[in-house]
Amino acid sequence: MPIWLELALRVLVVVGAFLTLPLIVGQAEHKVMAHMQGRLGPMYAGAFHGWAQLVADGVKFVQKEDITPRAADRPVFRLAPVVALLPYLAVLLVIPLGPHGLVAQPLDVGLFFVLAVVGIGVIAVLMAAWSSANKYSLLGGLRAAAQLLGYELPFVLSAASVAMAAGTLSLSGIVEAWRPWWLLWQLPAMLIFFTAGLAEIRRPPFDMPIADSELVFGYMTEYTGLRFAFFLLAEYVGIVVIAALTTVLFLGGWKGPLDDQLGWLWTLLKVFAVAFVVIWLRVAYPRLREDQLQRLCWLILVPLALLQLVLTAAVKVAL
Amino acid sequence: MDIPGKGLVKGLAVTLGTLTQRSHTHQYPDVEPDLPPRSRGVIALIEENCTVCMLCARECPDWCIYIDSHKEEVVVPGAARARQRNVLDRFAIDFSLCMYCGICIEVCPFDALHWTPEFEYAEHDIRDLLHEKERLEEWVATVPAPPAHDPHGEPAKEQTAAAKRSGRGAV
Repeated sequence: MPIWLELALRVLVVVGAFLTLPLIVGQAEHKVMAHMQGRLGPMYAGAFHGWAQLVADGVKFVQKEDITPRAADRPVFRLAPVVALLPYLAVLLVIPLGPHGLVAQPLDVGLFFVLAVVGIGVIAVLMAAWSSANKYSLLGGLRAAAQLLGYELPFVLSAASVAMAAGTLSLSGIVEAWRPWWLLWQLPAMLIFFTAGLAEIRRPPFDMPIADSELVFGYMTEYTGLRFAFFLLAEYVGIVVIAALTTVLFLGGWKGPLDDQLGWLWTLLKVFAVAFVVIWLRVAYPRLREDQLQRLCWLILVPLALLQLVLTAAVKVAL
Repeated sequence: MDIPGKGLVKGLAVTLGTLTQRSHTHQYPDVEPDLPPRSRGVIALIEENCTVCMLCARECPDWCIYIDSHKEEVVVPGAARARQRNVLDRFAIDFSLCMYCGICIEVCPFDALHWTPEFEYAEHDIRDLLHEKERLEEWVATVPAPPAHDPHGEPAKEQTAAAKRSGRGAV
């Protein structure tokens, strides 16, 4: 296969995953949330259990008027949704799907790259919040800044723990080094990573920056139409990315019976299982208060993450 | 002392439990709702039973029944003089005023008015909720059969009265 064809194929597959996985997760959220609340959820769009609901939503968003407030900082305001979305696309490039290099772009510093790029999402939130010229947006943006700044720390520390255990920053390398007993050894790190990840993508119960009952819709208040849809899509891609990272770092990625042939299936199954938990937490828990959020981060997650680092180092030296 | 995190686990258990149960949604326009007996949907009129006694219109608390009538002479051959009877010209109920108390139905001495469970008569304009007797007659078809008598209940007044009378006749 010529190199350009292979390259095009890899990029195409990643873009395909980028466009379909979030929709599957979003549809699953509609249905799972509905049934967890004793409802049915969408039933009409697409005739069979509302499978086309998100497609219909997309069509609706495209038709809507694209409004930029007069007082808004125009270029920044219009650029923010794209900045929110693109980092996640870049992250999907380096997440390994299966063994033997089944990854769009193998990268030796994969974990480092992923953590750095996910952080760009914060800038998008701040851009949207500041350029909207709206007090609710600004409040949401400040909350987001405080939250993302705080949670970046346990996020990185717990990822560092598993990188230390595996002795590599390559995501494929981490999966190859992973052993089932790590589930126990790295359990605190997994919980911390997952919690901090939820806060990173601003999912309930960590959705203080959005907080529709207090801040209208936080930094998304002024957005309409396609740009708003981009932010929503970014949220669902965020779920996929966080679920995929949790899978790759802590759940052994493609490891499982027959992983030589079915590795990709194991990865996808684990990703969807973690995404289900993300949805489940949204249904089960109310939103934290701003001070509770900071307390959880600085007094519980950060110390625990540091302890996990010590534990990892100790076990690593002892072995 | 409570185990820390017990509440969090309980929250997850409740939502997961609900997920495994059937949902409570009734898919109304696709599936007809099963209404309880004696549902008060709309009031139907059996025109032949109405004698224009005006009891319903007078008892109605919010005056939502409109009745017009005229008198007609009925010549009975062999009778000393012609009889008069009331003929119903108009019978209308304004369902934008009706409060579904059912007093008109209770008070009707000739069972001309009935509850029916039919409820799909919403209109875009509130003035269209004034329904004339032709429309009220259409709903007669949806009047449910009266509920069966309670076997342990008292016999109907007519029954006891008839028994008494026949008993007296025998004595």
